[in-house]
Amino acid sequence: MKTELICSGFGGQGSLTVGKFLAKAGMQEDKNVSWLPSYGPEMRGGTANVSAVISEKPIASPLVTHPDILIALNQPSVDKFGPNIKPGGLMIANEDMCPNKLNRDDIDEIYAPMSTIAKEIGNLKVLNMVAIGIVLEKTKLVNYDTIEKDLIQFLEKKNPKLLKLNLQAIKKGMEIAGY
Amino acid sequence: MKVIAERPKSLTDLQFTYCPGCMHGVAHRLIAEAMDELDMRNNMMGVAPVGCSVFAYKFFDCDMAEAAHGRAPALATGMKRARPDMHVFTYQGDGDLAAIGTAEIIHAANRGEHITVFFVNNAIYGMTGGQMAPTTVPGMKTTTSPYGRDENDIGYPIQACELLATLRAPYFIERVSLLSPQEILKAKKTVYKAMKFNKEERGFTFIEFVSTCPTNWGVTPAEASNWARENMLPYFPIGNFRDKSKEEGEAK
Amino acid sequence: MGEKVLMKGNEAVAEAAIRAGCRLYFAYPITPQSELIEYMAKMMPKVNGTFVQAESEVSAINMVYGASGCGRRVMTSSSSPGISLKQEGISYIAGANLPAVIVNVQRGGPGLGDIQPAQGDYFQATKGGGHGDYRNIVLAPSTVQEFADMAGLAFDLADKYRNPVMILSDGLLGQMMEPVEFKPQKTKEELEELDRQHYEWCMYPNEDEPNHHHHEINSLEIDPLVLEKHVEKLSEKYDEIEAKEKRFEKYNIEADNEVLVVAFGTSARIAKSAIDELKEEGKSVGLIRPITVWPYPYEAISEAMTDKVKKVVVMELNLGQMIEDVKLAVNGKLPVEFLGKVGGILFTPEEAKAKILENL
Repeated sequence: MKTELICSGFGGQGSLTVGKFLAKAGMQEDKNVSWLPSYGPEMRGGTANVSAVISEKPIASPLVTHPDILIALNQPSVDKFGPNIKPGGLMIANEDMCPNKLNRDDIDEIYAPMSTIAKEIGNLKVLNMVAIGIVLEKTKLVNYDTIEKDLIQFLEKKNPKLLKLNLQAIKKGMEIAGY
Repeated sequence: MKVIAERPKSLTDLQFTYCPGCMHGVAHRLIAEAMDELDMRNNMMGVAPVGCSVFAYKFFDCDMAEAAHGRAPALATGMKRARPDMHVFTYQGDGDLAAIGTAEIIHAANRGEHITVFFVNNAIYGMTGGQMAPTTVPGMKTTTSPYGRDENDIGYPIQACELLATLRAPYFIERVSLLSPQEILKAKKTVYKAMKFNKEERGFTFIEFVSTCPTNWGVTPAEASNWARENMLPYFPIGNFRDKSKEEGEAK
Repeated sequence: MGEKVLMKGNEAVAEAAIRAGCRLYFAYPITPQSELIEYMAKMMPKVNGTFVQAESEVSAINMVYGASGCGRRVMTSSSSPGISLKQEGISYIAGANLPAVIVNVQRGGPGLGDIQPAQGDYFQATKGGGHGDYRNIVLAPSTVQEFADMAGLAFDLADKYRNPVMILSDGLLGQMMEPVEFKPQKTKEELEELDRQHYEWCMYPNEDEPNHHHHEINSLEIDPLVLEKHVEKLSEKYDEIEAKEKRFEKYNIEADNEVLVVAFGTSARIAKSAIDELKEEGKSVGLIRPITVWPYPYEAISEAMTDKVKKVVVMELNLGQMIEDVKLAVNGKLPVEFLGKVGGILFTPEEAKAKILENL
C-alpha cells in the first residue's frame, strides 16, 4: 500500500507542515515515508508545495506527479495539481480560497471553509490542521492518536494554547469529513 | 670556546635560497629569534606563502604548512581553530597578501584571529621575475608596468597597515623597515612584541616590513635601500597603527 | 542505533558528521545546502566544536586545508557554483595527502544555473575538478539515510587514505525529509585516538630534540624528479582505492533481465520506481546503482550484462556524463541508451518507464 500526497498553498499557510505531520506520523507507525518540498524563491510568499509519500514498501521516487490525495489550500494549487490527481483519488480544498471548483467526476472532492473554521477557532494558523483532520477521517492514512501524541510532544511546553487550538482544528476537520 | 653568534633554534640548518642582498633572510631571522627568546618553537605552526618566500616552510624549524597563493590567513584560521593551544604565524609577500589574498587577510583580521601576520613588502613580484605588485609605487617600472605604474590606470599602491587599521578587531598593527642595521634592530623589537602578544593570545597582530628586491629592481643592495627610502617610505610610512596594549593602559 | 527521526538530508549529514567526530566545519551559505551550514552553526558550539562562516568558498576550503593539516576531522559543504570555487583547495589537499570531507548538494548549472536538483557536477567530481593528477573518493547517496551514513564512511575513508572524499548529493536529497537512524556519538576517548592516529605527519604540539618534529603540510615539490615520485606514490594510492573501495547496489538484477539500467543518486531512485512498475507487468529490468562514482564499479556493470540483456540504459540529471564510464564498462558489446534531464528538472518515473519500454 502506497499513498502519494501533494500539499500545496501560499507560503505561510502551512501546507509544508501538513505534509510533515502526516509523514512523521507514518514514520511513527513504522511505515516508509518521504517529504520533498518545493524550495527557493517561490517559498517567499508564493505557492509552496510538498510531495509526501507514505508506503509499506521502501520509497523509490519521492517526487509525486500524480497524487492519490491533493490538499489544496488555495486556488492556484487546485488549478496546478487538481488535473493530475489519480482517478479514484481525493482532493481536499480550502473552500474560502478556491472559488473555482475542479468538478472531476472520477475523484472525490471535499471543499471545506478552512480559513473560516480556523478563524472561528481563534487562530488562522490552524487552517492546515483542519485539512489534516479531514484526511485522517476520510482516508485513515495514519491514526489520530499518532498525530495527537506528536503534537503534544511538540507543543505542550512550547505553546500549550496553540496545542489546544490545533487539536480542536483537527477534530473539526474530522467532523466535517464525517458528514 | 665562547659562542658569539649562532643560528636560532627556530631555523633549520638549510641554506636560504634567497638572492644576495635580499631581506627575507633577515626577516626570517628576526622571527626565529623572537620564537627562541619567547620559547614558542614547540607550540608554533607557520604558514608559508607563494612568492619568493615559498620555501619558508623548510626554513622555520617548527611545524609548517605551505598555502595556495594568498590563502595563508585562511589556512592559519583553520590551524588555530584546530589547535587552539598552539600559536600560528603567516609569512606573506605583497602579491600574496595585497592582491590575490585581500579577502583572506581582511577577514582574518576582522575576525581577530589569534595569529601573527608578517607581511614583506618590496613593491614587486620577485619569484615570477619582477612584475608589478599591488604595492608598486607610481612611476615605478616593472616587467608588467614597463612605462612606469600609472596610478590613473591601475590605481595607487595598497597600504595594508592603513587598510587593516580601519577594522576594529586587530590588536597590533605596525610597519617597520629593514633598510638599515638600526632599522632592523628596531624591527626586531617590534617582531618580539607582536610574537609576545601572540603567545599571550591577545588577538590579531600584523607587521609589515618595508623591504627591497635588488635583483628585480636591477640595483645593488645599497642602492636598493636608498631607493626604497626615497620612493617607498612616502607611501609606506613607518609607524604603529594599532596597539591595544596601550589602550589597555599597559606600561610600555 | 537510536530511534528514527524525520530529517532533511542536509541536516542529517551534518548530524552524522558531528557524531563521526567532525569538530571543525567551515563554509559559505548557498542554496540548496543552507540547512547544512545552519545546522552546523547551531550544533557545533554545543559539542565544543568550531563553526566559522568563511568570507568565501575559497577561504572555507583553505580553512579546511589548515585544520586538516592539524590532523583533525574537518568538513565543508556547498552547492555546485561554490564547489567550483573550492577546487583550488581540493587540489592542494589531495596534493598534500590530507584527509577532508566535502559535501556537494548539486544544483542546476552551468554558471549560476538554478537551485533545483541536478547531477551536472559528475565530471567535475570524478574526473578531476581542480588542476593536476589527483582523485577524490566520491560517494553518491540516494536516500537521506545513506546520505547520513556516508558522513561516517567519508571520514573513515579520508583518514584511511589521507585523501579528500566528496559526498555528491543533490538538492532533492538535501531538501527532502526521510526517517534516519544515527550511529552513536564518538566518545571522548575515540576522538583522542582519532587525533593521535595522525601524529606521524600532522601539525601538533612539539618537543625539544631528540623528539622534535618538523612536519611540512605541503603540495610543492620543485624538483621534477621528486614531484614525479610524489605523483607516482599518489597513483599507487589511487590504485589501492580502486582495488578495495568500489561500492554499488544491485537492484532487481536477475538472469532474465532484458534491459540493464545504470543510474546513481536521485536518478536511481526514480529508475527504481519505473523498474518496480515494469516488474508488476512481467518485464524484467535490472539496475546497477554505483555508490562510489570514483572509484567506479565498471565490473559490476559488465557482470550484470547477462545473455538476455539487449540494451543498457543510463539515466542522469545532466546531458550525459556518467554514460562515458558506463560505455567503458560495456566496452562496445551492447547499445547504450540515455535518458537525461537538465535545468534542475527531474525526469518522472513515467518517463523512465517509457524510456525502458522503448528499448525492451
